[in-house]
Amino acid sequence: MGGHLNINHLMFLGQGALWTIGLSVIALIGGGIVGFVIALARISPLKSVRIGSAVYVQLVQGTPLLVILFLGYFGLAAIGLKVSPLAAAGASLTLYVAAYLGEIWRGCIESVPKPQWEAADGLALSRTQRMMKVILPQAIRIATPPTVGFMVQIIKNTSLASVVGFVELMRSGQIVNNSLFEPFAIYAIIAVVYFAMCYPLSLFSQKLERRMGRGRSNLAPA
Amino acid sequence: MSIQLDFPAVLERWPSLLGGAVLTLELACFATVLGALIGTLAAIGRGSRSPLIAGACKIYVEAIRNTPLLVQIFLVYFGLASLGLKLSAFTVAVAALTINVGAYTAEIMRAGFEAIPRGQIEAAEGLALSRLQIYWHIILLPAIEKVYPALTSQFVLLMLASSVCSQISAEELTAVANYIQSDTYRAFETYIIVAVLYVILSLVMRAGFWGLGLVLFPRRRRLGTPL
Repeated sequence: MGGHLNINHLMFLGQGALWTIGLSVIALIGGGIVGFVIALARISPLKSVRIGSAVYVQLVQGTPLLVILFLGYFGLAAIGLKVSPLAAAGASLTLYVAAYLGEIWRGCIESVPKPQWEAADGLALSRTQRMMKVILPQAIRIATPPTVGFMVQIIKNTSLASVVGFVELMRSGQIVNNSLFEPFAIYAIIAVVYFAMCYPLSLFSQKLERRMGRGRSNLAPA
Repeated sequence: MSIQLDFPAVLERWPSLLGGAVLTLELACFATVLGALIGTLAAIGRGSRSPLIAGACKIYVEAIRNTPLLVQIFLVYFGLASLGLKLSAFTVAVAALTINVGAYTAEIMRAGFEAIPRGQIEAAEGLALSRLQIYWHIILLPAIEKVYPALTSQFVLLMLASSVCSQISAEELTAVANYIQSDTYRAFETYIIVAVLYVILSLVMRAGFWGLGLVLFPRRRRLGTPL
């Protein structure tokens, strides 16, 4: 105890902030890949695939991320699979993000107007061609604002990785607090750093949404 | 290597699991009711003509929506303690969750207010309704009806997020799980069971909100269509 916040503490917090960004990127890429598969599985022509992916989404969306993290770290260790905090946090966040992104993207794919699907069928495109050449290019445009918005959730949720001992921004704050014991000041700093990471993304997402709204209103109704 | 799972060893602790689940629901209920009130007020405040009130509401909403709940809980917990207020972990948890969900509710309600057609308000003015009557019957109630689905999923997310309160030793479901797994060394089974309990709790909450929606919005019940 004692001492004041000095440059070393700030360096340590900075390092934690970098790990927060790193973990967010891991979760976004991993969750994006799995989430894309989930989105496609949710609209699959096979009923069993549709039901299986829907059950996955319901289960993950009905469970707190904290419990998934504990399951991935302590749970797997208890049945003999030792995983590092980074691996446990990365894998848990990937599973969690995939369920949400998959559901967001399914909505975006399904919101591509019906005539586009029919026109692609009418041009005798195969299912893959229809998806890759007609539907996805339009769905990506619709999906960008909510995906950027969800990145804010990802960054905030990485703070939970602190509870399994992964030293990201939140955990580094706790460690600094253990030596200085000025909780209010330190957590306020942490909050400001999170805000500085998230707020630009929020603004960007809002801007994209507004731009899309304008673009759409210019289109004449079909 | 053989893995032996022993679910009964954890399930025999059902009284404490049940207690944790009940406390989680209590946390969620208190925070939902209080947060809905604060959020609605903040949404009204954002539309205020006074730039001071509108600005304060905007800062509140943006500050909360762009920082993690875990940081907010610690700030409330240690912030109140440094002011010399000794409150129970449950009170602190309810306060932090209320502040958190209030900001999200405000954003959803704002979208609801913006979705009210201008003509409706003008028609109400033409019928000589008072300002209060217009606000209540023409703006607030229809807005709530419009955003009700978004509100309910936010409240279910809040119930799940309340698991974070285990970090300030509020004895809710996740905290009970942490205790059981440290006592039985059955971490995998414990967290699987707790995950299932959370899924059940969220289904129960969704069913409850669906029923509440039928009671609150008779138009939806009679016509079978949303507004």
